Amino acid sequence: MALSWMAWTWQTALFFGLLFCVLAVMTLLAALRPERDRIGMLGLPTTRGDRLFLTLLGAAFIHLGWLALAGEAPLWGASFVSLAYGAIMFRWA
Amino acid sequence: MAKPLDNRAWFLVLPVVALVAFSALIPVMTVVNYSVQDSFGNNEFFWNGTGWFKELLDPSTDLGGRFFDALWRTLLFSAICLLIEVPLGIGVALTLPRRGWGVAASLVLLALPLLIPWNVVGTIWQVFARRDIGLLGAAVNGLGIEYNYAQTPLAAWVTVVAMDVWHWTSLVVLLCYAGLRAIPDAYYQAAKVDGASSWAVFRAIQLPKMQRVLTIAILLRFMDSFMIYTEPFVVTGGGPGNATTFLSIDLVKIALGQFDLGKAAAMSIVYNLIVLTVCWVFFATTTRSQSEAVQ
Repeated sequence: MALSWMAWTWQTALFFGLLFCVLAVMTLLAALRPERDRIGMLGLPTTRGDRLFLTLLGAAFIHLGWLALAGEAPLWGASFVSLAYGAIMFRWA
Repeated sequence: MAKPLDNRAWFLVLPVVALVAFSALIPVMTVVNYSVQDSFGNNEFFWNGTGWFKELLDPSTDLGGRFFDALWRTLLFSAICLLIEVPLGIGVALTLPRRGWGVAASLVLLALPLLIPWNVVGTIWQVFARRDIGLLGAAVNGLGIEYNYAQTPLAAWVTVVAMDVWHWTSLVVLLCYAGLRAIPDAYYQAAKVDGASSWAVFRAIQLPKMQRVLTIAILLRFMDSFMIYTEPFVVTGGGPGNATTFLSIDLVKIALGQFDLGKAAAMSIVYNLIVLTVCWVFFATTTRSQSEAVQ
């Protein structure tokens, strides 16, 4: 099947590859190490999956905000901020 | 300590995941691929990195200006729809009969607009509001008020807002009515004993008891109006000028009208992220309401 219409690049392939690896690990963890939801700083019951979703969603907005406001500063900065945000989400959300 | 949930049953939804992957994930991945490239047709793509996103998020560029204009227009449309539909929906729900044949008759009548497909609603209003042959348009112009949704932005906005109110207020009414019906009679009897006025009953009993359904109604109506496409497209086509070009309409113009796949892809990702955030708020709010209800 020709996939040229999908216009793959190695950068987007790497991005989706990593995303699917994270989802696979989370799926395995949910099956092998089940957990209850907990209430953190958001005041909402969250599971690991919720915290991952919030991390990914927040990371997307952090990168967009960086592109809009940080001028020519390298995008890695947004990735480091996102990692810190993800750590906060997983630890305290 | 509470027992952890056994999540293995979730593997049973794998066939659905495969279907969704085919119908949604692959197209979304394609959109992400397009958003970092430029295309001149003929299936040829050129790497553009974050270029489209930078342009989109900068209001001084053509694309950014269009995006933010359409975004504010869409947010304004959602806000106006909510400001009209929610109080109106509550008001109508309060006046509905509580028993007798009138209940079924009212509910069926109210449900009718919800059953009409979006493009049919658009067509109905396009004809209804025409100044030459439309009942509404001809009547308003007959009263001496200049009303032409194809020429003046205000008339176009009035038409699309009125159409949305006509189509969707019933949803708010039905949700509020369900909330009102769930209030036990004891509350009303206590209010009667205290000699409470109708306004006091509404403020102290009915409104707090409707809080959960109202949250659902507001979020549902916000998401629906924020993603609206078909109805205004059929009535005004986004015009006059760009007066009713909402985000979804602008997106289609860029993607299919101009065939700027990269720009449209970047725009649809940002649009999608906004919708996804609201969806999460909706999910979190409703699940919290449910857990509070269980407790």
